Amino acid sequence: MKFISIYFVLLVSLSVSAQTNDNDSTSLLVNDSLTIKIAPPTSVIVEDYKYDDADNLQLHWVPSIDDMPQDGKVVRYRIYQSTNNGSFVLVDSVNFSVNMKKIEGLAIDSTYQFMVSAVSKNYEAKSNKTITIQTEREWINFNLASLFLIALLITSAVIYFIETARRGKELFVRKIAGLEAVDEAIGRATEMGRPILFIPGIHDMDDVQTLAAITILGKVARQVADYDTKIRMPVARSLVMTAARETIKTAYQTAGRPDAYNDDMVNYITDEQFGYVAAVDGIMVREKPATIFLLGAFFAESLILAETGNSVGAIQIAGTARPAQLPFFIAACDFTLIGEELFAASAYLSGEPKMLGSLKGQDVGKAIAMGVIIVGVISITLGEAYGIEFFSNITSSIQSFFTVNK
Amino acid sequence: MELFGIWVAALLTLGIFSFLYKDNPVYKICESIFIGVSAGYWAIANFFDALHKKFWVGVFPTDGSDPNYMLWFGALLGVLMLLRLSSKIGWIARWPLAFIVGATAGLYMMLYFVSNAMNQVASTMRDVIVTSPETHLIMWGETIGSILIVIGVVSGLVYFFFSKEHKGVFGYTARVGIWFLMITFGAHFGYTVMSRMSLLIGRIDFLFRDWLHLLN
Repeated sequence: MKFISIYFVLLVSLSVSAQTNDNDSTSLLVNDSLTIKIAPPTSVIVEDYKYDDADNLQLHWVPSIDDMPQDGKVVRYRIYQSTNNGSFVLVDSVNFSVNMKKIEGLAIDSTYQFMVSAVSKNYEAKSNKTITIQTEREWINFNLASLFLIALLITSAVIYFIETARRGKELFVRKIAGLEAVDEAIGRATEMGRPILFIPGIHDMDDVQTLAAITILGKVARQVADYDTKIRMPVARSLVMTAARETIKTAYQTAGRPDAYNDDMVNYITDEQFGYVAAVDGIMVREKPATIFLLGAFFAESLILAETGNSVGAIQIAGTARPAQLPFFIAACDFTLIGEELFAASAYLSGEPKMLGSLKGQDVGKAIAMGVIIVGVISITLGEAYGIEFFSNITSSIQSFFTVNK
Repeated sequence: MELFGIWVAALLTLGIFSFLYKDNPVYKICESIFIGVSAGYWAIANFFDALHKKFWVGVFPTDGSDPNYMLWFGALLGVLMLLRLSSKIGWIARWPLAFIVGATAGLYMMLYFVSNAMNQVASTMRDVIVTSPETHLIMWGETIGSILIVIGVVSGLVYFFFSKEHKGVFGYTARVGIWFLMITFGAHFGYTVMSRMSLLIGRIDFLFRDWLHLLN
């Protein structure tokens, strides 16, 4: 019995010992399997980023051979940068399967070196260092070559038409309904003895719509000066006030009535959108202008202004290039200049060769656009319907020409 | 203090709403407060944002960075603008104005040309008979959509073509273009009116909930 007990104790001891050894070996095996060793990315190449202001570099690499999406071993790549031969610091990381990165925000007078590492859950394999490189500045961006060619074509057309107009040839511009009404609207204000209100929108002089409005103001002010009608122009931007005063003053001088000009014709209200609207609405109901021009860049205030103008019985001529505000002007105003009509208006009203030539040149651009669209649509439709690669390639070529990569 | 603010906001809101009846002294007071406060606010905001934060900090940096001497050019233009206060040399004020207008036109010309012309042309060139890749059957929804886009763009361009009278086929095409524009404007109108209604609801909610406590 005693031997049996000793044998049993030995057996249990051996068993426990064996178990412990088994556990130890399992532990080692588990640690080994947790470390997901991976190969580093190779052929890491850094080169200058083309057509920039010397502030970018382009980094490429061949992904790690363990970068298989189905395995999920490589989770990301880390990018290390050394500046002016300093130590490498982590600057960015990208997801697995990615093999390039644009390095931004660099300086032209520094040198750079890079290293890319593949990262698994618990392992990082670093590549070799790249060559040392400096950024370069290019003076011409050839990515914009197609833009340059088309701009050159349209500009040539503009110059041609300007010269044609200067030689005295009459350039035809179709009638624009809203502009035909300008004379009538100013005449109406003169007959009624009430002022004309000119609202140039709420944007500054850095908006082409405001520029167009100021150009039209020149023509309106000239007629106002001739008819001795009162004009009132509240503005929301100080620069617009300065430009408008200059424009009206010039118009009065051209009309031979500089003494009739007064700086108070144009007055600044506030930059605040709805503060400006509240003031203009007040002016409308108190002064009851016979004619209101709403030309320029308008936003949420468009309907408020147009509706108030309508309620005081004024004849309203509006124009903006903002599609979201045009519906309100169309609903509440007598005449509306839609989009480009606003820009065409200045040329139409002035009759100056420069402006007319510019308008005709833009028409050349539109004709080109129409022709190209029609050719492109027919080609791609025939190409896809009958499987003719030649036709599909025509459209692809045109599309790539018109797609500008900055 | 918060209660005082709510009362001021509520009374000003009602004062502005009173304009819906007709112009009145209460509206005039609210209008003057609005204009005065906003003009004062923008004067201070421009002073600190432009003169201090951009110019002063830019040319006299305190964080060890290099001064940006280009900002002096902007400051010079600003000073020239102020010369209009002088009757003798006020004409110099036209120079900064001409600079702003010219620079703006130049900067935006290419920007708009790319986004509003070239990219539009490239996107409009599309297959107008769209078929399913699997069954090769015509997908009517996509086909009609593509045809409408092409017709809309071309007829719209015809409408904005100023060198030819809108007569004959050209005139009919332009009329199709204006129809497309009007339908688009109608959709915009409905969408915007709905968003304005939500603004009105917000204001009424403020009056009834925060001011009168009639809503929980």
